Amino acid sequence: MKRLGFYIPVIIFASVVLYMAIGLTLDPSKLPSTLIDKPAPVFDLAAIEGQSVGFKTEDLLGQVSLINYWGSWCEGCVYEHPILMEIARRDLVPIYGIDWKDPPGEGMKWLNDNGNPYTLIGDDPEGRTAIDFGITGAPESFIVDKEGRIRYKYVGPITPEVWKEIIYPMIQELRK
Amino acid sequence: MNFKAVNILVSGLLMLFLGLSAAWAVEPEEMLDDPVLEARARDISQHLRCVVCQNQSIDESTAPLAKDLRLVIRERLTLGDSNTEVVTFVVDRYGDFVLLKPPFQGDTYFLWFGPFVILLLGGGLVFYYFRKVLKPARGKKGK
Repeated sequence: MKRLGFYIPVIIFASVVLYMAIGLTLDPSKLPSTLIDKPAPVFDLAAIEGQSVGFKTEDLLGQVSLINYWGSWCEGCVYEHPILMEIARRDLVPIYGIDWKDPPGEGMKWLNDNGNPYTLIGDDPEGRTAIDFGITGAPESFIVDKEGRIRYKYVGPITPEVWKEIIYPMIQELRK
Repeated sequence: MNFKAVNILVSGLLMLFLGLSAAWAVEPEEMLDDPVLEARARDISQHLRCVVCQNQSIDESTAPLAKDLRLVIRERLTLGDSNTEVVTFVVDRYGDFVLLKPPFQGDTYFLWFGPFVILLLGGGLVFYYFRKVLKPARGKKGK
């Protein structure tokens, strides 16, 4: 019995340490999306200044696609952009852009400088649709299936590894 | 230092701290004209977490997203939503995490009951250890 009495506090201490150690490796800014497996929010966004066609929910139907929340002010988007350009060049999946809280003209200017990987772009100057998507910061990307349901959300710049290991395999799976 | 000086110093400090605790980020042009609706909006905002700066409520946060959410809350209230409907609207989009007070449901039982379980366990251990110490003491009294 004396042995047990000694071990109980040690075990409790060890579990607390383990718990906290796991806690340290988690990134609290990465929140689970409440939208997974639900239909994409209903939106009908106008074109950004410099373009003629906007982007609406129905555009997503009938194909697997990627929605990318971005803005000309967004630093992470600069890092992400080359991979989006590569995806578009190789025609791997249609990417739909939503320009989040950009002053008029800034989005188009940024795309003229960096290249435009988007099939369609919607303008979300007040960030209302962003709230429907549960966006916490740009860039954020969503994989949408043929029925227009959101299947995956990725927070932060898509890296070549994330594309290769998570996003592209999932897109191929959803195409089956 | 005489009594009056201490008094002034203490009141000054109190006012400073009270002033600090009342800090909020709501900008004048965001506010609703109807004071009742505005009070409800403030109450809701104080209980919703800002997802950008996670330890602040959206009422305290100056982040642009917090401002957007404050505006949406006011818009929903103006449209006639109840407080619960407004909170549900935000939770549907951002998840339970935005509630500064976690809901009482299956996956949060550990959170709510955990401290009491740990208190019981700790109390049990304390009792177990001290039982041996206390018993002889009682025995002595009996003699």
